[in-house]
Amino acid sequence: MSIRVENISKHFGRFQALQPLSLEIPDGQLTGLLGPSGSGKTTLLRIIAGLETPDTGKVYFHGQDVTDIHVRQRRVGFVFQHYALFRHMTVSQNIAFGLEVMPKPERPNKAEIRKRVGELLEMVQLGHLANRYPAQLSGGQKQRVALARALAMQPQVLLLDEPFGALDAKVRKELRRWLRSLHDELHFTSVFVTHDQEEALELSDQVVVMSAGRIEQVDTPQKLYSRPDSRFVFDFLGHTNVIRGEIDHGRLQQGEAWVNLPGIAADHTSGQLYLRPHEVRLQSHPCTQAHLPLSINAVSLIGAEVRLELQPQGWHSDEPWEIGISHSTYNAWQPMRGDTCYAVPEVGHLFSEQDKEPLTFHWQNDLPAPQRTTRMASAMA
Amino acid sequence: MTVAISQPLLLNPGKRVLPGFALSMGISLLFISLVLLLPITGLIIQTAGMSWNEYWYVISDPRVVASYKVTLYAAAIAALFNGVFGLLLAWVLVRYEFPGKRIVDALMDLPFALPTAVAGITLAALFAENGWYGSILAEAGIKVAYTPLGIIVAMSFTSLPFVVRTVQPVLEDLAPEDEEAAITMGGSDLSVFRRVVFPSLWPGLLTGIALSFTRSLGEFGAVIFIAGNMPYISEITSLMIFIRLQEFDYAGASAIASVVLMASLLLLFMINIWQAHYLRRIHGR
Repeated sequence: MSIRVENISKHFGRFQALQPLSLEIPDGQLTGLLGPSGSGKTTLLRIIAGLETPDTGKVYFHGQDVTDIHVRQRRVGFVFQHYALFRHMTVSQNIAFGLEVMPKPERPNKAEIRKRVGELLEMVQLGHLANRYPAQLSGGQKQRVALARALAMQPQVLLLDEPFGALDAKVRKELRRWLRSLHDELHFTSVFVTHDQEEALELSDQVVVMSAGRIEQVDTPQKLYSRPDSRFVFDFLGHTNVIRGEIDHGRLQQGEAWVNLPGIAADHTSGQLYLRPHEVRLQSHPCTQAHLPLSINAVSLIGAEVRLELQPQGWHSDEPWEIGISHSTYNAWQPMRGDTCYAVPEVGHLFSEQDKEPLTFHWQNDLPAPQRTTRMASAMA
Repeated sequence: MTVAISQPLLLNPGKRVLPGFALSMGISLLFISLVLLLPITGLIIQTAGMSWNEYWYVISDPRVVASYKVTLYAAAIAALFNGVFGLLLAWVLVRYEFPGKRIVDALMDLPFALPTAVAGITLAALFAENGWYGSILAEAGIKVAYTPLGIIVAMSFTSLPFVVRTVQPVLEDLAPEDEEAAITMGGSDLSVFRRVVFPSLWPGLLTGIALSFTRSLGEFGAVIFIAGNMPYISEITSLMIFIRLQEFDYAGASAIASVVLMASLLLLFMINIWQAHYLRRIHGR
């Protein structure tokens, strides 16, 4: 079932939680609402569910206006951030709840309910815990019970509010994979809220990036990552290195630092160049295309790559730069804290005062690097 | 850099990290002994002067037995009434916003703050046949003052805050998500209340009702002014104790008091045991 919201807005007192916004959620897809806290993503989810009424606008399920339909009749499965399991009921009683409160004529009989609960327990792989109480379960198990309970009514729409927020990293990963395969199997339309970009990009077919009650961008994870529409999206999807400066004669300049911008039309304006940590190389001498001196602040060896935190020298950046190099490069080069090196951009995105859309640059760096620096694998894969 | 540790802070095995246990526990025990255990011991010593037969004779006197019945019956109805009405009040005070909410909330404690004799006199005046309520009720043929019904009214008035004040915090702690979850699954208002909200309130509500009941068992001041105190009809047990005291029959008074005490303790213990069992399930301990 496809979901469409049109011109939805919502106030809480004087706080505008949602600016008027419209969104299309295609049938059978997993859509992630991504944004920092306070961006209105949970409010939007609750409006879709019918737990909150919008000030303006309409919600459509499968082309049918459901704005005035009570949450009870919308038949959505909703999974709450803190599971909201009924503490005085066992796991199977929790799952059976939705079936047992159905109006008499529609309600399946006891044996059918038991059978259905059994199937759901199998599906979430918790058959052995049917008679436990929620307090006796781990976080991951509770989350799976909450999912089974939401799916008991066979909803066509499944809404999840920060489904993995309260779990530790390992369980989170496991549940994420499990939800993805469950979704591929059952093909309901799902919308989930998250503030974790990695989760949104890994799990979703479509990601909706929100900030301050507005939708910033709606795209597939691949597009979102390769072509962010706005600085906000760029900033939000992982760390970025920024150089702010004046554009003059095809070159962005600030203090001692400069970068050539081949083929740029804009002139006499200011702009910001965004570089992702893996789209920059480091070497000990400047190249012909850029002069970005940096001194090494800190070296972090943990993980698939070595992360260097770098401080601009002779120019300014609001935040220190972060560049990843492979462990083999690190071993060959052995950079130390306080060393000076030069950043060599490979791909960059320019947000200038004149253009609305960011411009993407690819540099061919002619100068061979003095040390063999291997480009690391994509950090955000 | 070296850090000099002049005196290693070693904990004795078995010593607690949180300070003040011995002192606070000692004071607590002393206080419990002085205000609770000692008077109870006194009560038992008073009655111990009697033989078993004498004791039985005093506590099974037909007029006293009639007073047990009246007291139990009135206290039970008052407690049940408070259970329903107190839950409603707590619900309104927690769930809804309305002007004057703070004042209503403060008024809840009035029955505790008001001297019980004042409450009794006021109620008697209101419910007397020429009083404000009494005159209206009289037209409907209902007599409240000087009947067992009056006892119920006085008892429920004085013990209402027990229910309100025990249910209120439980209601406040209730996660709204639980109800929302139940509603998204299609539960009607009634079934959400019955299956989700009420089971969470139930332990607190039961405690409130039990406290209200035991308080009513011993209520004296508020009741005697409105009860009429007719032997076998509207005499409460506390009055029987009072009468014994006026006759300087301390042993008899203590004997009857011991019955009330045992009934109250038994009830409270039962509630506590049941509740521990129920809560263990919820908290998984």
